[in-house]
Amino acid sequence: MIEFLQHLGENTRTSFTKLGRGTFFLLQTLSGILSVLTRPRLLLKQMYSVGVLSFLIITISGLFVGMVLGLQGYYILSDFGAEETLGVMVAASLVRELGPVVAALLFAGRAGSALTAEIGLMKATEQLSGMEMMAVDPIKRIITPRFLAGFLSMPLLAALFSAVGIIGGQMVGSGLLGVDEGAYWAQMQTKLDFQDDIINGVIKSIVFGFVASWIALFEGYDAIPTSEGVSRATTRTVVNSAFSILGLDFILTALMFGDN
Amino acid sequence: MDNSVSPQSSLVSVKNLSFSRGNKKIFDDISLEFERGKITAIMGPSGTGKTTLLKLIGGQLFPEKGIINVDGNNVHRLRRSELYNLRKRMGMLFQSGALLTDMNVFDNVAFPLREHTHLPESMIRTLVLMKLQAVGLRGARKLMPNELSGGMARRIALARAIALDPMMIMYDEPFTGQDPISKGALVHLIKSLNTILGLTSIVVSHDVHETAAIADYIYVISEGKIVGQGSPKEIQQSKSDWVQQFMTGAADGPAHFHYPAKDYIDDLLSTGKRY
Repeated sequence: MIEFLQHLGENTRTSFTKLGRGTFFLLQTLSGILSVLTRPRLLLKQMYSVGVLSFLIITISGLFVGMVLGLQGYYILSDFGAEETLGVMVAASLVRELGPVVAALLFAGRAGSALTAEIGLMKATEQLSGMEMMAVDPIKRIITPRFLAGFLSMPLLAALFSAVGIIGGQMVGSGLLGVDEGAYWAQMQTKLDFQDDIINGVIKSIVFGFVASWIALFEGYDAIPTSEGVSRATTRTVVNSAFSILGLDFILTALMFGDN
Repeated sequence: MDNSVSPQSSLVSVKNLSFSRGNKKIFDDISLEFERGKITAIMGPSGTGKTTLLKLIGGQLFPEKGIINVDGNNVHRLRRSELYNLRKRMGMLFQSGALLTDMNVFDNVAFPLREHTHLPESMIRTLVLMKLQAVGLRGARKLMPNELSGGMARRIALARAIALDPMMIMYDEPFTGQDPISKGALVHLIKSLNTILGLTSIVVSHDVHETAAIADYIYVISEGKIVGQGSPKEIQQSKSDWVQQFMTGAADGPAHFHYPAKDYIDDLLSTGKRY
């Protein structure tokens, strides 16, 4: 029993210490934003590797998710003779939920894991240490540009995901199942609210981008500098990002749509 | 212990330094002086904290006790910006080279110049080519770090370390894992750079012959203490068992061959345990 309590105490202490380190790391990262903005080339390079290289996975996944939504939505709505509202269903699901959430999960899996592995290996091969000895702050030079790139790319990727998804839904709904194309778009335009649906979706993706980039970079920076350490850190990035994104999604949804 | 280097002429001075990792005492109240313009070597078995000492001098680690002065500055009392300014005048060559893997050789050497100066690209090019010429690798400027051999990577890292014309360079195990030709090239480079650029060099190494060939002064460290110091000749003639074991490479001596363990027979007879 005592051993169990000791174990519990030790684990709690370790978790809180890590949270403290993570918060300190975030503050240091944020303090470098100004210096990165004066060197936009660093940011653009990272936006390419974090954002542009995620383009394909986001587009293809968005298309398939939209097509499945079109199919499933049609089966349910047609029972009530309401297949004309398919556009609303597909667009609302994507813009409010699936766009930000699935894009963020894919982002954590593709870009987040790559960031953790990259930073972890830079630490293991003494590149970060070497930079410090060259009087270059690795947080400002390496971490902050990657953080900003992730944070700025995420809403764009989520918007892309939703847009392609809506087209996918239309391809299946109108193209294959015969829903009126005009109704698909018109219903969507009437029912979807810019403030309630689109802005809230964008806010979600901004929050997810912030959290996913923070977790990925911190796990890499905090990794034990061995092959096993980096491998564990990469796994933790994907798992912790997924938990945080889904948990935060519930909280944000409750706050945003709770009083409807 | 006779300390023949006078503190006034030293660029780096370490006084009463103590440092521990967990329960293990890495340094126990040691003092060292590194004279200006000279090559001072720190030798000792693996795991004696030689790299740790360089990190302490560079201000990357904090000592438990003691003072480290570099060019009159107490490294651990400096503000962050002051420490960074001091580091611009200190080069360090890491054991792995620590080249940035997403840049080619040219950009790696240009990195400190681009970060710390506002020189035009044409001048940076000239400076980089001069540094690369000094290490004999001007022709390799377009290669990526993964295309370099270990020896080449270290020479490139050396070119990068001298990019800002520092006052001193710290070498962390420069000869480890090198073939005889690379070793020879590095020995020659360390010596000639020290003379030509008027540097102060600190070489951490356990390669006895190479280090003794170029060092002006040697400290031998073992188990957190200085067990011998002096010119290479004095070290070779030292009567200390520790120093003799290290210099001749004897398997057993004051530094035991066996890691501390319980009695061998008892250990073999204690069945039922996995380890």
